[in-house]
Amino acid sequence: MDDAIIRLVDVHKHFGRVAALNGINLEIGRGQVVVVIGPSGSGKSTMLRCINHLEKPTEGHVYIEGVDLEARTTNINQTRAEVGMVFQQFNLFPHLTVLDNITLAQRVVRKRDKVERDRVGMELLNRVGIPEKAGAYPGQLSGGQQQRVAIARALAMNPKIMLFDEPTSALDPEMIKEVLDVMQDLAQTGMTMVCVTHEMGFARAAANRIIFMDQGMVVEDTTPNDLYNNPQHERTRLFLSKILH
Amino acid sequence: MSLSKTDSPKSAIRSRLSFSEQMRQFPWWAIIMIVALGISLFGMLGNDNYRAALNFIINPPTSTEMAFGIGIRNGVMMTLVTTLTAYVIALVLGLLLGIMRVSKNPVLFHASTLYVELMRGVPMLVLIIWIGFVVVPFLRQIFGQSFPLTGVQGAILGLGFGYAAYLAEVYRSGIESIPRGQMEAARSLGMGYAQAMRYVILPQAIRRVVPPLANDLVALLKDSALVSVVAVPEILQMARLFVSRNLRAIEGYNAAAFLYLVVTLIFIIVVRLIERRWNTNG
Repeated sequence: MDDAIIRLVDVHKHFGRVAALNGINLEIGRGQVVVVIGPSGSGKSTMLRCINHLEKPTEGHVYIEGVDLEARTTNINQTRAEVGMVFQQFNLFPHLTVLDNITLAQRVVRKRDKVERDRVGMELLNRVGIPEKAGAYPGQLSGGQQQRVAIARALAMNPKIMLFDEPTSALDPEMIKEVLDVMQDLAQTGMTMVCVTHEMGFARAAANRIIFMDQGMVVEDTTPNDLYNNPQHERTRLFLSKILH
Repeated sequence: MSLSKTDSPKSAIRSRLSFSEQMRQFPWWAIIMIVALGISLFGMLGNDNYRAALNFIINPPTSTEMAFGIGIRNGVMMTLVTTLTAYVIALVLGLLLGIMRVSKNPVLFHASTLYVELMRGVPMLVLIIWIGFVVVPFLRQIFGQSFPLTGVQGAILGLGFGYAAYLAEVYRSGIESIPRGQMEAARSLGMGYAQAMRYVILPQAIRRVVPPLANDLVALLKDSALVSVVAVPEILQMARLFVSRNLRAIEGYNAAAFLYLVVTLIFIIVVRLIERRWNTNG
C-alpha cells in the first residue's frame, strides 16, 4: 500500500518563537539506513523525535507504515512499540537490572511470558556482546556497555524501525567503536534505521543514504559517497570542511 | 591549633578521619539526651507525684472516659495510634495527590492543587478543630447518630488529610527530580503514561523521597499533640486531665514532655537507620 515505511509531509515544529523544523518532506523506504547530519540546532533531533511522536509537529503529518500519527484514532503506544529509539544519554532505567531493563516493556506492552522475554533478553545481550552483565545495574556499566544495553532494550520489542539520536556523542572515544559495531551489524540485518550521528566512518560503511539538514530544512539528500565527493550546496561544503578537518 | 595529642598531622594522615571529625560524627547529642532522659526517669520514679502523673498518662484509672469509639486507655498508645493512622492516610492520599499534581490533565491538576493549597493555607490546629467540632457534628446532624465517625476519629483523619497535602508536595518534587529522559525512554518503548509512571518513574521517585517522608513521620508524631484539643486521650490530653484533677501542672506537663521525647527519640533513631540503609543502597 505504501512503499515508504516513514513519511513526513510538510512537517513544521515551533518551540515558542523558535522554528526547529521548517517544512520537512521525507520518505524513507523499508530497510534503508539513513544518516542525518547537520550543525547543532538544525533540527535533526527534533525531526527524529517527531518520527515517534516524542515531539508533536506544529503542522504537517508523520506517517509510519501509512498510519498518521496525528490522527485521533491512532494508538500512539501501539505505533511507538514498532519504533525503537536509542538516546544520546542512554536513559536506561537505573532501578532495574540490565535484563529487567530489556524485559520490562516486553512484559507490560507485549505481554510476553517470563520464559519468552528472558530468552529474548539474553539472546539480545549475547548479540550486543555483554551477556555476563544481565544481573548488573546500569550504574555499574561503562557508557559503551550502557548504550549497547539501550540498543538491546529497543530491539526487544521487535521494532520495524530504529531511531538513533546521537548514540555515541556522550561516549568516551574508546567506547564509540563497540557501539558503532553493533549498529553496523544491525544495518546488515535489513533493519530500517535513521541515525543522527557525525560518525562519518559509520555513514560510509553502513548508510545507503545521507541527509544534510540546516535551519530546520533538508538541504541535501544523497548517498554518503556523493556527499563527500560532490556536495551540491555551499552550506554542505562548509559543514563538511568543519567536521572532516 | 590542636589541643589533643592524637590530633597531630601525622595521625591525621594515618587515620582516615581527624580526631575532631570523629568527635563530630559520633552522636553525642543522642548520648546526652539518653543520659538526661535516664536521669529524669530515675528522679521521677522516686517521686510520688511524678509517678502518679506518668501512671495517669500510661495507665489511667478505669473511671477515665475512653475516647468515643476508640477503646484505648493508654495515652502513649493513643499517640502512636493517632500518628500511624494519620501517617498511613497521608502516605496514600499524598501519593495520589502528588501524581495528580504532575498530571497534564487540567481537572486533576487543579483539583489537587486546590486541595493542597487549601490544606496548607489553614493552620493544622484550626483544621483539626474545624473537622472535630464543625464537619463531624454537621455530618452527624444530616446522617443521624449512626454516622460512623466521632469527632475524635474525625480529628485523627483530619490530621492525616492535612499531612497528605504536605506529603503530596514531597512526592511531586520526587517525581519531578527524575530526568525527563526516563519518561521518554519508557514511552518510546510503547508504554502508556500510566505504565511509565508505575514501572519507571514512581519506583525511582519514591526511593528518592524516603528520607523526607521519614522526617515527616517524626513531624507528624509531634503534631499529633494537636488532636488533644478535641479530647483525643493521647499523651498531652491525659496530662491536661491529670493537671486539672490534681492541680499539679509541673509534674503533669514534665511527664508529658518526657514521654514525647522518649517516643520521638525512638522514631528519630529508626528514621536515621532507614536513611542510612537507603543511602548505602544508592
